[in-house]
Amino acid sequence: MRFLRESHIVFRRQLRMNLRNPAWVIIGMLQPVLYLLLFGPLLKPLIDQFGATNAYTFFVPGMLVQLGIFGAFFAGFSLIGEWREGVIEAERVTPASRTALLVGRLYRDLLQLLVQALILIGLGYALGMDAPIRGVVIGTLLTLLIGGACAAASNALALTTKSEDVMAPVINMVMMPVLLLSGILLPMTIGPEWLTTASTFMPIRHVVDGVRDSFGGHYSSSGLLWGSIWSLVLFGLAIWWGTATFRKENS
Amino acid sequence: MIRARGLAQTFHTKQGRRKSVVRAVDGVDLDVAEGEVVGFLGPNGAGKTTTLRMLTTLLRPTAGTATVAGYDVVREAEQVRRSIGYVSQAGGAFSGARAGDEVMDHGMLYGLRRKVVEERGTTLFEQMDLHGLWTRMPKNMSGGQKRRLDIVMGLIHEPTLVFLDEPTTGLDPQARANLWEHIRDLRTRRGATVFLTTHYLDEADALSDRILIIDQGRIVAADTADNLKAQVSGDLVDLELIDPARVSEAAAKLATLTESASEVNIEDRHVRGRVARAGRSVQGLIRDLDRAGIDLDSIEVRRPTLDDVFLALTGRSLRDAETAGSGESDGATTGPDAPAEPTAREDRAVSDAPEGVLR
Repeated sequence: MRFLRESHIVFRRQLRMNLRNPAWVIIGMLQPVLYLLLFGPLLKPLIDQFGATNAYTFFVPGMLVQLGIFGAFFAGFSLIGEWREGVIEAERVTPASRTALLVGRLYRDLLQLLVQALILIGLGYALGMDAPIRGVVIGTLLTLLIGGACAAASNALALTTKSEDVMAPVINMVMMPVLLLSGILLPMTIGPEWLTTASTFMPIRHVVDGVRDSFGGHYSSSGLLWGSIWSLVLFGLAIWWGTATFRKENS
Repeated sequence: MIRARGLAQTFHTKQGRRKSVVRAVDGVDLDVAEGEVVGFLGPNGAGKTTTLRMLTTLLRPTAGTATVAGYDVVREAEQVRRSIGYVSQAGGAFSGARAGDEVMDHGMLYGLRRKVVEERGTTLFEQMDLHGLWTRMPKNMSGGQKRRLDIVMGLIHEPTLVFLDEPTTGLDPQARANLWEHIRDLRTRRGATVFLTTHYLDEADALSDRILIIDQGRIVAADTADNLKAQVSGDLVDLELIDPARVSEAAAKLATLTESASEVNIEDRHVRGRVARAGRSVQGLIRDLDRAGIDLDSIEVRRPTLDDVFLALTGRSLRDAETAGSGESDGATTGPDAPAEPTAREDRAVSDAPEGVLR
């Protein structure tokens, strides 16, 4: 109860500040639209080679996960600005739970992700995506989990490095292999065997597979199972890391 | 209110391949009584902020114990947080958020109800001369207004103990003088205990009942400003004679008041010496001189400054110990005049005179 109250206060404050800067909100909303409209058509003629039938049923889940990961990775940047102005310290000197200080910020990132996801899915349906509602709901939940994990990790990284100049290259370094090895844009299965094998070591790939399976209505597939397991594990680890940095935060 | 024993903080730093251990705070003992205003004085990098961060539960001590407002800073961190207000150097209100919103959210994180925070916030805005700035963003405020807003945030839960970390750094003299009034008000109006760090001598002197001096991670002195000054050197008595031929006579008479004859210094028509509690003894000296027919052109009695104290304790002037803080005390109300006369240096030798003699 107290935790909810405290995290809600933090969330409301973050939301208020985000809405004050609508440029970011608009960019955030536009991103999925642009991907779907400008990249989706390129997939259409190729879709048969992937062993799938509907380009958007294949593509929307990948986009969803990409949004979840990449949008959330940048969440930490605003935290550095807040830290510099003493906001984090002022919050840490209150009796509020350290986890609430982190989770309140995650609510904001998850809300943004949810809105983006709804736009993406709505547009996907409009363009001819063929996915059951139940699968879409499960897929979206998995996306929120992995998005929350990435946002928490990004916040932890921000409080550890305390510098945009250090954080930007680190995030770039992490994002490249994630983008290339998780089959977000094209399925890993069409590549040579060594590449497919390499991709199995990328946890995000399993999440992408899981979301794709649930959009396809394959609820009992091992892909969905592993996707869910990885999402939960990464989420748990990231929350633990994030809370630890809010607790310590030396300077 | 505060009691710390052997408080220490060790940082491990790596410079290239060399690892080194930095003792930012090296065994600090300190006591602060309820209702006191204590100035924590020291040069930049002496360990002031680190000590403060340990006392405010933001940093876990690597050694030692501290009780703040009756609670242990490690085991009962939450109760400590509830009882104290902390205004850090960086402030606490986000530059791009509305001042009132920041105060509201901060207060509610203490578990206070919205209405209560709003009432207190409005009153505090009035008291801190921030009337009408509730919806303004800190980035559009003056330095002084922003500092006062930070203090409002630190007071919103009505703490009985307030920590202020370098409250006036970066403010112009007028804003400083104004903020001093508000800091004095913390006790007179709210009965709060105040613990403030500063590297301005005049600030510690003007605001605090008692001064703790920290240097290189250790407390080197703790007493009232007056006692510290009296302990160290006594007051400077500067006699200017009309007849230069009689300086040695006058010097002999002044020497009866100083600790030893060698402390009296003669320069042209001037005879100078450090005298403990000069206000009391100088009257007799003047009568004595008068009887001997030695006429004075002028007499000056100057109280020692905290800079003299710091010099005596550490062998360095506080200003020398400062690397960056050169823009300090440009003529603000009670700025230390820190006389650069040669006697100050010699007096260091007798700085360990027993207190009892002087008071």
